[in-house]
Amino acid sequence: MLNNFPLWPEQASTMAHRVDALYIFLLIVAGLMALLVCTLIIYFAARYRRRPGIRAEQIEGSNALEITWSVIPFLVFMVIFAWGAVVYFKERTPPADATEVYVVAKQWMWKVEHAEGQREINELHVPVGRDVKLIMTSQDVIHSFFIPAFRIKQDVLPGRYTVEWFHATKPGTYHLFCAEYCGTQHSGMVGSIVVLEPAQYEAWINGGPNGPLSATGEKIFAELGCSTCHRSDVQGRGPNLEGVFGKPVQLEDGRTVTADENYLRECILDPGSKRVKGFQPIMPTFQGLVNEEQVNALVAYIKSISTLKSAPSSRTTARAASASDANEQAATHTNRSQVQQ
Amino acid sequence: MSMPNVVPQQRFERENYLNQEYGIWSWLLTTDHKRIALLYLVSITFFFFIGGFFALLIRLELLTPAGDLVQADTYNKLFTMHGMVMIFFFLIPSIPAVLGNFLVPMMIGAKDLAFPRINLLSWYLYIIGGTIMLHCMMTGGVDTGWTFYVPFSSNYTNTKFVEAGIAIFIAGFSSILTGLNFVVTIHRMRAPGMTWSRLPLFIWAHYATSIIQLLGTPVIAITIVLVACERALHLGIFDPRLGGDPLLFQHLFWFYSHPAVYIMILPSMGVVTEIIPCFSRKRIFGYSFVALSSIAIAVFGFLVWAHHMFVAGMSVYAGLVFSFLSYAVAVPSAIKVFNWTATLYKGSIRYDAPMLYAFGFLGLFTIGGLTGLFLAALGINVHVTDTYFVVAHFHYIMVGGAVMGYLGGIHFWWPKISGKLYPEGWARLAALIVFLGFNLTFFPQFILGYMGMPRRYWDYSHMPEFQVLNVLSTAGATILGVGYLLPMVYLLWSMRYGKPASDNPWNAAGLEWKTASPPPTLNFEEQPVVTWEAYNYAELDAPPRMQEVPVG
Repeated sequence: MLNNFPLWPEQASTMAHRVDALYIFLLIVAGLMALLVCTLIIYFAARYRRRPGIRAEQIEGSNALEITWSVIPFLVFMVIFAWGAVVYFKERTPPADATEVYVVAKQWMWKVEHAEGQREINELHVPVGRDVKLIMTSQDVIHSFFIPAFRIKQDVLPGRYTVEWFHATKPGTYHLFCAEYCGTQHSGMVGSIVVLEPAQYEAWINGGPNGPLSATGEKIFAELGCSTCHRSDVQGRGPNLEGVFGKPVQLEDGRTVTADENYLRECILDPGSKRVKGFQPIMPTFQGLVNEEQVNALVAYIKSISTLKSAPSSRTTARAASASDANEQAATHTNRSQVQQ
Repeated sequence: MSMPNVVPQQRFERENYLNQEYGIWSWLLTTDHKRIALLYLVSITFFFFIGGFFALLIRLELLTPAGDLVQADTYNKLFTMHGMVMIFFFLIPSIPAVLGNFLVPMMIGAKDLAFPRINLLSWYLYIIGGTIMLHCMMTGGVDTGWTFYVPFSSNYTNTKFVEAGIAIFIAGFSSILTGLNFVVTIHRMRAPGMTWSRLPLFIWAHYATSIIQLLGTPVIAITIVLVACERALHLGIFDPRLGGDPLLFQHLFWFYSHPAVYIMILPSMGVVTEIIPCFSRKRIFGYSFVALSSIAIAVFGFLVWAHHMFVAGMSVYAGLVFSFLSYAVAVPSAIKVFNWTATLYKGSIRYDAPMLYAFGFLGLFTIGGLTGLFLAALGINVHVTDTYFVVAHFHYIMVGGAVMGYLGGIHFWWPKISGKLYPEGWARLAALIVFLGFNLTFFPQFILGYMGMPRRYWDYSHMPEFQVLNVLSTAGATILGVGYLLPMVYLLWSMRYGKPASDNPWNAAGLEWKTASPPPTLNFEEQPVVTWEAYNYAELDAPPRMQEVPVG
């Protein structure tokens, strides 16, 4: 027990260094403040302990002192505030060219889909030295994707995407925790982040049977008949989706929104809420017809036809999809049997 | 050290609020604020030991990494009910409903609170809420966490969430009515000469607390109703599948539950502000700054709620605003700590048990407050939120701060409440045990949290490296448990066997010490008229009246 007793978490991402630097600064500041207050209290308590014949000296107060000990702490607080805000902005702003991975949370497992088509459960393989962006949603309650070694955490909500990103700096295997209480097996909703050397990662990511996620999406897009209205050759009854992602969209009600992942998702599941200007409200909702993974695949596909560099692959993926469904059922089964124990 | 001013036995025969009437109905139908305070004292002590028992089971489970003592569902119910019982049925009523009820009218020179029957009603509401909570716990309990986040609480849990919600809803009205009673009493019933600038700072703290209770508590009641509507009637309020927004719930919940932290800590600050001047024989340093900082905390406290939500999916800019405001609310707390410290300067300090608790409060509250600076820093919050770092931080505030102040206050005013002196040696020992046990329990949790151990984990067998710190924490909890049991034993003992207390055993300032111990039912034999400032220890210790008890 005692030979495995670390007192500081591993540092395995660029963010870990930023957060630790601020944390150490705060330890010093807070340590000095605590030392100051405790020293004064102990000194006063000892120096002015009650002695016969010596009476207390009444002091009303001092505005100068009050202002001093209001303003100086406030200025120190503002330094901490600003530093913390800078780190937070870095944490919350994913780099534009990050590798994208989709994460779907459910009670009580993490399902991961790579853009290349690899799927995993309670594991995430990532390359060292590259920006990775997680696009996350939940099938049921709120979860939170927490990697202590990377010092990042983001709640994962049903009904929307939240995003977090990291840049791993050290190969190894690190804890993945669910940090938002989510029911019976909350503490079982743990996994591993496996950080690989680039060469190992290439081998791993290409080793699977699955085609790219966008290709799965293209297939679903065709199967659901989306392409009858959303055409790329002629103007259909729905907007042409090529080149849409990341661009501003004029809505029927006069607003302009950016077509990000959350907007695409909302259009699929609740098409009436943010309808594009000039189109009729004829699109049916796909709520309940597609699961979270299929929405992710559709979003990945629409993104892929919006970016010049990645043309959609036409590799068929039915095999891959069914294989990973079986995979998930197996994992659910294992999970349940653990619960029963 | 000898206890000061032991009085002859026959003085105790005088009629007072305890011996004026006997029998169960004289208690259950009383409108005397002092008797109602004792009703609260008994009931919250009951809930404190229930909540403490749950805490003990939680700590025992975490002694080993595997989930081996209780089932996962049981563990989830334990921490949920520990939180609900301790917050809604112990901490929130603790100082206001016991010491506040007893002392607010006496400190301002009134015969009772403004609405004595509403005061009794609020105790009954508390008991009804508490009974429903007990029923809920005994017939299955609830596993949502005390924060009952949707959609887990509204759509997924199979436990008795609605029943727990009703219990909290009803107890909330008890809290609202107590706040209302205090606000009206403090405005309308001060004795002649008791101006706002002469009020004891305990009163200022309770005034600030009451405002929060009045304005904040209805919001949690509304939130509970909304969740119940969604759960029972499938109205789309918070559930995204019905067009709702789960973040809206968190905003509503924390809009009450963050100010609720100040409901717990402000009265404790008020207690400490009475104890420190008394045992230093000094007026408080910077009276108006301490008074106004209470009001500032109450006001700013309403503007920081979303600092619980930095990783919840809120906008980055909202995070920025709430982080800034959280630092703003830290300033009045810092002002208080510095003023308490400065009050000790050139004092004449004695280390009786209440003062030891006040010292303990100062140390633990300082650590709790300083670790709040870590949590308010956005970049660090992302890493430590929802880990044991947060658990340690809020226990330092709510147990290290609020409970230390509560115990200090109970000891300080025990001679007034019971008319008996408690055994000083035992009381000092208990204060020391509580302080050491507390630190051993919760300090390791800061390290655990930064290491990344999430809160509300039943089983940590994937990360056995967390065990050593958990073992330390559990060891501390057992010591802490002893520290909390001791006062219950010797205070009960003193009620029968303690030496009778004089009217003012501490030679303390304040109107409550100018009447008998225990006080008569109407508090004062004749209407007091105040001609002096608060904390007039210079006059109390002035040479002509000098009857200083020899120390040693």
